[in-house]
Amino acid sequence: MEILITDKQLDEVLEDVFAIYGYDFKSYAKASMHRRINRLIAIDKFPSFAEFRYRIRTDKDYFHRFVEEITVNVTEMFRDPAFFNALRTEVLPAIATKPFIRVWHAGCSTGEEVYSTAILLKEANMLHKTLIYATDLNPDVVEKAKSGIFQLDRMKQYSENYIASGGKADFSSYYTAKYDRVIFNEELKKRMIFATHNLVSDGSFNEFQLILCRNVLIYFDKDLQQKVFDLFDKSLDSLGFLALGTKETLRFSPFIHRFRQLDKMKIWRKIS
Amino acid sequence: MAQDQLNSKIVVIGGSAGSLEALLDLLPALRSDINIPIVIVIHRKTAPGSPLVDVLAIKSSLPVCEVDEKEPVRNGHIYIAPADYHLLFEADHTFSLDVSEKVNYSRPSIDVAFESAAEVYGAGLTGILLSGANADGTHGLMVIGELGGVAIAQDPDTAEISYMPEHAINNHVAHHIMNVQQIAAYINAL
Repeated sequence: MEILITDKQLDEVLEDVFAIYGYDFKSYAKASMHRRINRLIAIDKFPSFAEFRYRIRTDKDYFHRFVEEITVNVTEMFRDPAFFNALRTEVLPAIATKPFIRVWHAGCSTGEEVYSTAILLKEANMLHKTLIYATDLNPDVVEKAKSGIFQLDRMKQYSENYIASGGKADFSSYYTAKYDRVIFNEELKKRMIFATHNLVSDGSFNEFQLILCRNVLIYFDKDLQQKVFDLFDKSLDSLGFLALGTKETLRFSPFIHRFRQLDKMKIWRKIS
Repeated sequence: MAQDQLNSKIVVIGGSAGSLEALLDLLPALRSDINIPIVIVIHRKTAPGSPLVDVLAIKSSLPVCEVDEKEPVRNGHIYIAPADYHLLFEADHTFSLDVSEKVNYSRPSIDVAFESAAEVYGAGLTGILLSGANADGTHGLMVIGELGGVAIAQDPDTAEISYMPEHAINNHVAHHIMNVQQIAAYINAL
């Protein structure tokens, strides 16, 4: 029978990780954490929970693997094309008149959505006056995002998503293929700033016209969600936009009265 | 954990290809005063505006809704797992969603939902595996059994596509093999 960790054991691991490495996962939703850790213990064939815990406590390289495996980095370009269509047709025109635009991708993972947003900005003729800040708690995925290199075999799907999002150009004009990889154009990359930022512990660092944080909050408990909403509220320009994942909502936030939701989309605009 | 949580009952139903037909027979046969949550995890396309919830709501006298993240799991409600998310259960009886890798080529995966529900509800959980052409659900039924719950597979002779329930039965993880009317009677008696 496989090892299924108890709530108490989960708390022990997360306390260790916080005390030794300073990463705070204690306010993450427990069900997903349980599953990720059970899965990691099985994949890496630990004979017992105690040995797993000891390895994390004593092996820094293994701790990196732990972060990589328990944080979810499944993403794609133009994921939910309808969302990117709304970004293209409703959000970008509303901020286009600003002389200078800042966009924040919070929890950017390996960067697929950052490049998607850059393409939309380019097509709206706004990229030259925009800076896209892309942050994640995991330095390894931030490095990957920064490289702008993706697998060639994903491009067919991404191209279909791009067209479904209302894209009219030739998607392949945005990258150069080499062997089984592609690298995205320098023109897109030079408007991006990559950094590590932990939504649990780090504060506001600028003011933005658009913040995108999609499928990140589902991993947080309600208290941490409130804390992050507060951070986004502080980091948004007076008429700025906040975009969340398809199943995430600002509905339970105390700040909801300060925002108006776009029709049927998980996009909110700050109104005060 | 509070005693009432230990005693809570829940039904989680997993299905894939051909399971919609079974659900359309099952839901009208359920009592309208059922006082446990019923959660349905079926493999489906991720196309937006999927009519699945509406189609099932028409067939049921209980409220049917798609799960929102952190939503409480309420008795007497029928919940549908959203497309493209894994469905998980928190110890405080709320739902969690997760977009991690597909499991058995599926998201939502039935194994993932069964295993998570089993960890929270233990002996209070009844897991039911319907028609499908995929091996998803077998491992989940095994975990349900290990943690004291009841594992039911649809009678393959009555399933549109027999592979999925048959796979569970061949792996000896199903406690009961039932047709849809027997499943309805079983849920109604919980």
